[in-house]
Amino acid sequence: MINYSERIPNNVDLSGNRTLQRALEQWQPSFLQWWDDMGPDGSSNYDVYLRTAVSVDPKGWAHFDYVRMPDYRWGIFLAPSEGDRKIHFGERKGEPVWQEVPGEYRSTRRRIIVTQGDTEPASVEQQRHLGLTAPSLYDLRNLFQVNVEEGRHLWAMTYLLHAHFGRDGREEGEALLERRSGDADNPRILTAFNEKTPDWLSFFMFTFITDRDGKFQLAALAESAFDPLARTCRFMLTEEAQHMFVGESGVARIIQRTCEVMRDLKTDDPAKLRAAGVIDLPTLQKYLNFHYSVTGDLFGAEVSSNAATYYANGLKGRFEEDRLDDDHRLHNDEYAILDVAEERIVERHVPALSALNERLRDDWIRDVQAGVERWNRIPARFGVDFRFRPPHKGFHRKIGLFAGAHMSPEGVLMSEAEWTHHHLEWLPTEADRLFVHALMSPCLEPGKFANWIAPPARGINNQPVEFAYVRFN
Amino acid sequence: MNAPADHTKVIRQHLIDPELCIRCNTCEETCPANAITHDARNYVVRFDVCEGCMACISPCPSGAIDSWRNVESAIPYSLEEQFGWDALPTTRALDALEAGIGGAAAETPAEAQAPSEAATAGRGGAALPPWSAAHPYVNLYSPARPITATVSGNDRLTAADASSDIHHIVLDFGTTPFPVLEGQSIGIIPPGTDENGKPHLLRMYSIASPREGERPHCNNVALTVKRVTRDHDGRPLRGVASNYVCDLKKGDTVQVTGPYGATFLMPNHPGAKIMMICTGTGSAPMRAMTERRRRRMHLKEGGALMLFFGAHTPGELPYFEPLQKLPKAFIDINLAFSRVPGQPRQYVQDLIRARADKVLAWLDDAECFIYLCGLKGMETGVIEAFRDICRSAGRDWDQLRPQLLAAGRLHVETY
Repeated sequence: MINYSERIPNNVDLSGNRTLQRALEQWQPSFLQWWDDMGPDGSSNYDVYLRTAVSVDPKGWAHFDYVRMPDYRWGIFLAPSEGDRKIHFGERKGEPVWQEVPGEYRSTRRRIIVTQGDTEPASVEQQRHLGLTAPSLYDLRNLFQVNVEEGRHLWAMTYLLHAHFGRDGREEGEALLERRSGDADNPRILTAFNEKTPDWLSFFMFTFITDRDGKFQLAALAESAFDPLARTCRFMLTEEAQHMFVGESGVARIIQRTCEVMRDLKTDDPAKLRAAGVIDLPTLQKYLNFHYSVTGDLFGAEVSSNAATYYANGLKGRFEEDRLDDDHRLHNDEYAILDVAEERIVERHVPALSALNERLRDDWIRDVQAGVERWNRIPARFGVDFRFRPPHKGFHRKIGLFAGAHMSPEGVLMSEAEWTHHHLEWLPTEADRLFVHALMSPCLEPGKFANWIAPPARGINNQPVEFAYVRFN
Repeated sequence: MNAPADHTKVIRQHLIDPELCIRCNTCEETCPANAITHDARNYVVRFDVCEGCMACISPCPSGAIDSWRNVESAIPYSLEEQFGWDALPTTRALDALEAGIGGAAAETPAEAQAPSEAATAGRGGAALPPWSAAHPYVNLYSPARPITATVSGNDRLTAADASSDIHHIVLDFGTTPFPVLEGQSIGIIPPGTDENGKPHLLRMYSIASPREGERPHCNNVALTVKRVTRDHDGRPLRGVASNYVCDLKKGDTVQVTGPYGATFLMPNHPGAKIMMICTGTGSAPMRAMTERRRRRMHLKEGGALMLFFGAHTPGELPYFEPLQKLPKAFIDINLAFSRVPGQPRQYVQDLIRARADKVLAWLDDAECFIYLCGLKGMETGVIEAFRDICRSAGRDWDQLRPQLLAAGRLHVETY
């Protein structure tokens, strides 16, 4: 069970380690100050129907009730220990997992945790003004649920830094609260987390696509030989699922609404649809192209010696490592990657160890593809002849082998001049963004939804759709 | 458990709505029974593996997991069908019926199964409920998904100087459904873990209250529980569950499973006679049945009751005083005491022999239903007494017994 009687709820026997407890209790006011400064704008007085973990078993981690967000019980929860877990990949395969990080891996390990941890407060910062334009109480509640859980993920990473990395870890913990998304002087570490999330379409695309990067990074870290990190990430994954649901169903409901209006007006003319106050499907495709390409960069370079080292040392595994049928050392294995040579896209085989970033990106691509296929059932149901397609993985990339190349979403290489001529057909233009932005106005009556989005098929926790998911005081 | 095999049963099948599912894998990761699997298209539930524990329901972000269809138990939707769906099948007439969860969920947990099989071994064959028994609900709550009850009463039944400490405990279920019948049992899971660090197994207790509640029209049940301080051989032993239950205080909460038992049930038709033979806490189902009849006395439905009840002394006989207050015309009470100073030891089988004429007449009466509950030792003695009574009348118990069983007239639960 989680001990809620302590200042910091936890299932890690925090009171048994006074030094650590004191350090985290000193960090706690800084966190609350950060939440106050950078958390959801003007929301501190709302009662929000939130899910709070009261224990880490299936029965306990989905407890629903009204909570004021500053009173949310952020805490430290690790998935249950699996007893005598063994390292199951890399050069140390078969050895017992580590409860502390071996000295030679400390700085690498710390960097991985800081990079992951930095994305959590970053996304809260990116989304902090969205509450002012929520299309419904249901969506507002979902936004806040995502926000408090990203806050909890920050706690999870800070705990690891404090518990296992001494003074360096504590300093990193402070720095996590000091960087700011989009700040010119002290930005967040990863580029995608310095982009704006200016509207709800961007938010849904972000949670569908970019939180899915989070899913795959966490899944790879959940394989780690460093047991506290593995258990932390395993529990975070159960929360991450909710965020992807918010994104996937959010976009699906926008598609649904657009298709309804297309049917009613018997038109697929974007201008007419925009005039009717819904987002035309080609614009949705542009947003998909943008978020997909920006997120693709988060996996890093296709060929990476760092990734190989992380794997060999047991720091970061592959997605669902134990379901893969090989030697889990990858000495002699190869992996096919795409590259650009002589103005053509070519496939080349590289040592599997060095291609682990690409492999994780490919796992993510398959997962995104499956979600997009589910979106496509909606136009199909309406008899609308439009299908969404994730762009080619080399499209609009800034990192890796495609960084300098110009390519259409279909994967056709082109000159810079051609790109300049066409890219506004593929990525949201300023006019597109202004149009979407203009649609954003709050709709906060229980059961009412903004015109551009359909209601969900089901409410949260079996509550009706018209339930008062947020109460304003 | 003993339902005839040749009729169709409608059960609820657990499914996943492919239109809502976002393939996040949380359910598959959560399921303690490994009942959930997926292909490139859909997440699906293995009907024969799902225990209905509901562990997957609240973690599911989309609500897709909370999908159910009624099916005939022999023809659930197969995995292949589920993999092929774009949407759930449309609801059918079957879905309007009330049905329990099917598949592995419909099976009694092993720890509840084992004691009841041993308990009924003495009956000498498979049992059927009386033809007029009400249909029982069973296995509504599993060890993985127990119901939380609140203790609303706990009183010692035995005299202050009695050597045994027997308690009358009332558990209230609030607004959560827990429908029971007289003769059924419930499971109680003691909190904490055993010496191996495993959670304690559930213990079964017979319900001592009638179906409409210990307090009429309340959603509660009464139990009769003896504090175990010695094992069967008399060596000191502190029973984990019985001590837990006997020490419960009003307002405490308890994890309960069940109900269990689909044959040790009372007849409901007017005029049915009931012969009850018990010792100690084996009186629990007898009290339930007697109380059911007592509350319906004003309806004048007929049907005599006969009770053989054994204990060491009157002070150790649970419900001794309330029994004394029942009218003689309502129930024929025969109490046997084996440890009263200055008196010869008397056992229930002695009293059965003493009442041979009436017992024989009831054994022959198609309207009479017989119930035995208590210690194993009693059972042997009682069956011997039946055999003797039959023999002295030129009859053969071994021929009569199968007839009684086939007619749902003989019910045995001993431990």
